Amino acid sequence: MTAALALRGIDKRFGVTTALTAAHCTIRRGTVHALLGENGAGKTTLMRIAFGLLRADAGELEVEGRAVRFRSSADAIAAGIGMVHQHFMLIPAMTVAENVALGGRGRFDARAAAARVRTIGAETGLHLDPDTPVRELAVGAQQRLEIIKALAHDARILILDEPTAVLAPGEAADLYAWLRRFSVRGGSAVLITHKLREALAVADDVTVLRGGRTVLESTTAAAPEDEIIAALVGERTLPPELAGEVIGAASAVRARRDAGEAPVLSLRGVGYTDPAGVVRLRDVTLEVRPGEVLGVLGVEGAGQRELLRLLAGRLEPTTGTVQRPARVGFIPEDRLQDAVIAEMSLTENLALAGAGERRGRVRWPALREQARSVVEELEVRASGVDAPMRALSGGNQQKFIVGRERAHAAGALVAENPTRGLDIRATARVRAEISAPAGNGRAGARAVVYYSSDIEEVLAVATRVVVCHAGLVREVAPGAEPGDLSPYARALVGAEL
Amino acid sequence: MDALTALWDGAFGSSYAFWSATLVRATPLLFVGLAVAIAFRAGVLNIGAEGQLLAGAVASTAFALAAAGLPQPVVIAGMIVCGMAAGAAWAGIAALLRHRFGVLEVISTIMLNFVALNLVGWLIRGPLQEPSRINPQSATIAASARWPQLLEGHRLHLGFALAVALAVVTWWVLTRTAIGFRVRAVGASPRAAASAGLVDAPRTILGVFLASGACAGLAGASEVGGVTWALYEGISPGYGYTAIAVALLARLDPRWVVLSAVFFGALEAGAAAMQRQAGVPSVVVQAIVAVVILGVLAATRLREVAAARRTPVRAEGL
Repeated sequence: MTAALALRGIDKRFGVTTALTAAHCTIRRGTVHALLGENGAGKTTLMRIAFGLLRADAGELEVEGRAVRFRSSADAIAAGIGMVHQHFMLIPAMTVAENVALGGRGRFDARAAAARVRTIGAETGLHLDPDTPVRELAVGAQQRLEIIKALAHDARILILDEPTAVLAPGEAADLYAWLRRFSVRGGSAVLITHKLREALAVADDVTVLRGGRTVLESTTAAAPEDEIIAALVGERTLPPELAGEVIGAASAVRARRDAGEAPVLSLRGVGYTDPAGVVRLRDVTLEVRPGEVLGVLGVEGAGQRELLRLLAGRLEPTTGTVQRPARVGFIPEDRLQDAVIAEMSLTENLALAGAGERRGRVRWPALREQARSVVEELEVRASGVDAPMRALSGGNQQKFIVGRERAHAAGALVAENPTRGLDIRATARVRAEISAPAGNGRAGARAVVYYSSDIEEVLAVATRVVVCHAGLVREVAPGAEPGDLSPYARALVGAEL
Repeated sequence: MDALTALWDGAFGSSYAFWSATLVRATPLLFVGLAVAIAFRAGVLNIGAEGQLLAGAVASTAFALAAAGLPQPVVIAGMIVCGMAAGAAWAGIAALLRHRFGVLEVISTIMLNFVALNLVGWLIRGPLQEPSRINPQSATIAASARWPQLLEGHRLHLGFALAVALAVVTWWVLTRTAIGFRVRAVGASPRAAASAGLVDAPRTILGVFLASGACAGLAGASEVGGVTWALYEGISPGYGYTAIAVALLARLDPRWVVLSAVFFGALEAGAAAMQRQAGVPSVVVQAIVAVVILGVLAATRLREVAAARRTPVRAEGL
């Protein structure tokens, strides 16, 4: 039997980074295919190539037995491929029918478009009212519309990128049931996902990518979960010196906890639903004590973004209670958007922390003095505290932010991917300064929450680790061997520990 | 050449030209220029200073007519308060539309200008029309409601002193106070202000709308009390629009708005003289104004580009 879609020997580089190396993947007709891999393994890149959004540097693409070469996604759509992106491509002000008609050719016929939506509904069970404006649809319905859009272009191969990230559990089950029926009728579906268990429950076949290479290709029945996890994670251990560090720090924290110090940050039964109605966190209970560095891991969209902002006081929970000091330092991932104002001076950027609570006059001379001491303490390379933030390199900007947040909020500090885009020296410095004990013995110890998309980095600084998966947060204990990363990697994909 | 001489003489040629023409014209421009500068500093694109000025003029006229019997300081203070409140309320409509329904203030404020203009047109033919019911204007306000002159024999009035004081206060608030810093931070980056500073950006923006409207409303009160002594349709020859030029030329700095307002006041005074004496249409001056604004904007932009080139922002991540 010919494959619905086959990718062979795909290479892809972005500048100096290699995203894919001889990656391959074969989707059989009439099956649901799970494409698994950690962050940055190349899953989405491979499927963007299959959908004509990216062009491979080398390799072959076959659709239903014929070699094809896509110049754009229009070619892929013409060949019968549809893709549902993680972030929907819909126009909120338009109706369902108008969104479906979008991308068609010739005259727009509202009645024909509406009829098409109804026909698809009758044939496939994906019902939507053609005249509803998209902005009134819930997230699950918007996803259904994305699928209808693909089917309206006669897609026989559907690629879904993390489709359940935005869905409630019930909705996810409905989607999977529908995908099964779709495949029984001869369609093929590719699920790009981090969620191992869900994927295994629905998929016929599985392909695992790691570091841009295909490391496993099998039917689901023939691949036990352990084997898949081993393929996902690979042989990953920490260098011994780091492993020792982690253990040492952890025992110090345990000693503190035994001494019965009260937590600085605590969440009790906290849930968070975002303005679009997507449940981002469910029933999280968590405590961070002084002197602890709580490491947080999570793949994109697993809820860590919201968890960090709840802890930092940048977001209020939908349910449950949060206890935190009046001031919590926060180092957000997107430095230039969320942490500093590039055109303002270092002094003004220092004043930015606490700008919301300050009253009356601003004591600029005192703030300049503070800015100077931050610059000195963290060895920020700048021409002076009146220089615009824009004039600093990324590493120096970040050092300044770390210093500012520590000075502003002594008790607690939350960091989100703080070393993103920094060079090695700056990375080491920023990491050390965030996890350093407060005040060189002056004040009490600080509670630190540290998220990074890099497992090694989190383990290098953390005294305790929690992993976010599908809105749930669970603590993961280290493995038997000091440097064993596999428990964390398993938790990231939602596997049993 | 004759035209330019006339332009200069009309603006600066005599003490009368300067004190009674240029500075009198500069007074409303200073108020509305500040209104626009405050708004633009916070990223609020208030194009509606004209409408807010008219709202202020209406309210202060109504107050002056109703309170004619009170002592002069009370009447004048009342006119100031009413003018500011009405201007703020008029801007508040746009603020509400933006906050509740996401209507861009660029659209709503400009639309409200026309509403205000037509409202004035109706009022001066209806409830506020002068007693003889002949002319489309309000009754002349009582002597007790007229703002005192600053110099004997010159038309320059209290409004100019108020406007200069307001410029100083605005500058001080923007640079020296916590509220002013929040306004600047929200204007530069609402996201960073909210995330790093925990600034309530919607509240700050609402405050800016109101403050901006109040400044523009004060321009209306000052024109009624100091210059026209009555309300009529042509009370503002587009001060609210020139205000944008005034504020941009001053690069949104309240200190420079003073000079910029005097410069535009001189151009307007000179243009009138030029038309009278040299027969050159005053439209020519408007063209000059437009060229000046474009020049300033281009220079500002070039400087930014040059600064960005000297200190490249490092590429982050991939």
